[in-house]
Amino acid sequence: MAWREFLSGVKDELPILVGVIPFGMIYGILALGAGLTTIEAQAMSAVVFAGSAQFMVVQLAGVGAPALVMILTGLVINLRHALYSASVAPYLRHLSPLWKALLAYLLTDEAYAVTITHYNKGGEYRLKHWYFLGAGLALWSSWQISSMAGIFMGTRVPPEWSLDFTLALTFIALVIPALEDRASVLAAIAAGVAAVLAFGLPFKLGLMIAALIGILTGLWGEER
Amino acid sequence: MTHLWLAMILIGVLTFATRISFILVVERWQTPTLIRRALRFVPVSVLTAIFVPELLMSAGVIALSWNNSRLLAGVVAMLVAWKTKNIIWTIVAGMGALLLLLLRN
Repeated sequence: MAWREFLSGVKDELPILVGVIPFGMIYGILALGAGLTTIEAQAMSAVVFAGSAQFMVVQLAGVGAPALVMILTGLVINLRHALYSASVAPYLRHLSPLWKALLAYLLTDEAYAVTITHYNKGGEYRLKHWYFLGAGLALWSSWQISSMAGIFMGTRVPPEWSLDFTLALTFIALVIPALEDRASVLAAIAAGVAAVLAFGLPFKLGLMIAALIGILTGLWGEER
Repeated sequence: MTHLWLAMILIGVLTFATRISFILVVERWQTPTLIRRALRFVPVSVLTAIFVPELLMSAGVIALSWNNSRLLAGVVAMLVAWKTKNIIWTIVAGMGALLLLLLRN
């Protein structure tokens, strides 16, 4: 039963990898272009393990930004994971500290998106952490391998291919089918508009503000 | 680049702390109903807040025009996602549309 959950987590994560793998390769290429060594570029994928933060940080490293700016940007852009953490937390209450730490490490946008959908389907949740693990490990291994592929292929992938666009496409593919009621649609519209308006704020603060505005708008839409 | 390693490790630690934060807190804390209702909007709000600027902004300014290939390709991807609810088709259609549109230039 645990094994079946694990496999179905892997299976549900597979389509998303179509978007994640090109993005991981672009990260690797970008990291070397910004002057990171192969070891540094690969270590970042394992230590930070968060695509958009890694993109920002290597770009900052490329222009010689101070460490403090990189750290603040990385922290703020990753604050959204606290929302994911709150959202999966009630389902993980029965797990051991080791399980919690492992799943927290694997809590990325893409693993979270499929896992929370699985939890929200209802039913018995006590084995669903195996599903989470399957989705998380599928994403983790493809992120490591695609970063490595990007690092070693280097500049042989021309920037005109615009492979970084696959991140936006992956998120479109996850969001649009989830817009099942009016409140969700309102939340998405508000978050999108706010993200554009707040785009210029330092350290990517706009992302978190836009997310909170989206959530509040969703709640408001539900009450009416 | 010693300061890069410092930044990397600190970001890694802070990211992990962010990810595990509520998972540890909730052990002793019953989630209030309002929070539980709010959390339903997390995926849609966060992911939209990430992808919309990718489509609408170019070099930090709003680019609402027919020349913005990413915006047009994004609209194509949204239509495909809405019609098919299929992740692979959405990514393939959006990427195909973008590459075709870029050929214009």
